[in-house]
Amino acid sequence: MSLHLPIYLDYNATTPMDRRVLEAMMLYLTDEFGNAASNNHEYGYRAKAAVEKARQQVAALIGAEPKEIIFTSGATESDNLAIKGVAEARGERGEHLITCGTEHSAVLDTCKHLQKHGREVTYLQPDQFGRVVARQVAEALTDRTVLVTLMLANNEVGTLNPICEIAAAVKDRGALLHSDATQAVGKMPVNVNELGVDLLSISAHKLYGPKGVGAMYVRRGVRVLAQMHGGGHERNMRSGTLNVPGIVGLGAACEIAGREMAEEAKRVSALRDRLERGILARLDEVTLNGHPTERLANTSNLSFAYVEGEGLMMRMKDVAVSSGSACTSASLKPSHVLSAMGVPDELNHASLRFSLGRFSTEEEVDYTIEQVVRAARELRELSPLYEMARGGIDLNKVHWTEH
Amino acid sequence: MQYSEKVVDLFTNPRHVGTMDEDDPNVGTGVVGSPACGDVMKLQLRIEDGRIADAKFKTFGCGAAIASASYITELVIGKSIEQAEAISNREVAADLQLPPVKVHCSVLAEDGIRGALEDWRKKQAAASASA
Repeated sequence: MSLHLPIYLDYNATTPMDRRVLEAMMLYLTDEFGNAASNNHEYGYRAKAAVEKARQQVAALIGAEPKEIIFTSGATESDNLAIKGVAEARGERGEHLITCGTEHSAVLDTCKHLQKHGREVTYLQPDQFGRVVARQVAEALTDRTVLVTLMLANNEVGTLNPICEIAAAVKDRGALLHSDATQAVGKMPVNVNELGVDLLSISAHKLYGPKGVGAMYVRRGVRVLAQMHGGGHERNMRSGTLNVPGIVGLGAACEIAGREMAEEAKRVSALRDRLERGILARLDEVTLNGHPTERLANTSNLSFAYVEGEGLMMRMKDVAVSSGSACTSASLKPSHVLSAMGVPDELNHASLRFSLGRFSTEEEVDYTIEQVVRAARELRELSPLYEMARGGIDLNKVHWTEH
Repeated sequence: MQYSEKVVDLFTNPRHVGTMDEDDPNVGTGVVGSPACGDVMKLQLRIEDGRIADAKFKTFGCGAAIASASYITELVIGKSIEQAEAISNREVAADLQLPPVKVHCSVLAEDGIRGALEDWRKKQAAASASA
């Protein structure tokens, strides 16, 4: 089989849509165009039936009741709705929230927004692997804490938070727990009851579904105030005409994940390990960012000392990955996740994230190893830092000129 | 990042990569930037009879930083010291069509020339003082 170039190893950014998902959606993009809220004719009934089937499919994947699933435009909206919606609904209890610096910006920026409007937010300090433990949460909780929001799996390094234990601490103090499970759902078993979460965010395009659609799980009895007002769709929590084809796609993607996830995770995990071992065996001074074992099976975040991430990506031309380097972001700030974990800036700039998935092959992994090793060696030859380090100079003691 | 063809070419086939003897009195070495900021450039100039006879660089940085450094070595060789000092980052940024967020890479290149010439002048002053 010939390689399809460039090789895509950026599945945590987005995934290609599974053809079976597209097939399920086609009918609802064409002949079955009804509005699921049209309660007065056959077009509406059929659209509604399709949405309800998808609701069951999503619920089944995470062990929820269909009624506990609210469709949204994606995980960013789900995060916003869960956090702002609970903060507003529980204003009488208090105005304290707890989160962590490794969260996605959809969570962090929402928390910052609430801070501007008078709420108090505690940012927990993760360990060197990006994990928060239950004891830290327990210590930060007060009687006025309304919500704790901590992700299940980190998008950049793949580290898993011990949500189950955290949930027990949160419940003890009468607060609610939201978890951004965008990266976890579809990659590993997620059961809302076993985890003990009250709210959970899901995105379709991270599990081979379409972009622009997602879901929020909200446990029965938990009040969430709408952030989008209008026709009162989705049990008054999220108004707006339902994206029927997108929702059908999310449902189909969830059903496929439920059937194939166990096998797929085994295969992807073996490929990821092959990639990591292959690189580490041939290059020195490469460090793993994230937890060595408590980690998503598809993710590998590595720092290549003395070379800069964007340059490294450009050298390996035919491989699509991502980097924590500031040079890839408009803000010129390196990855906030690696910074929160205490990774020094120079290794933050030198980081690459490889994320594998359903369509990754051994051939692609082997090709990538060759590319990475060659590119890193070439750029080290070009790097004044590598030359200095080899010459015995301690780079931490050099007086650099900041600019 | 989408770069101009020129940047891609200079990044892929950088010119004048290397290291000169730092102790040579005719060589000026400038090291600018910092690892924490994500780019460090070392530029070395060999000066003979008031002209830049040769230039070498090494860069830790993104595509634009490496391309800017390579480009500056090409610009500077053969120029008089005054002409070399007159090279501005704007010229580099314009010639390479650097995206706005990458203009600082051209500033680094300009700083590299200044740093290298400053080092050369110090050496010259030290040499004439001891002579």
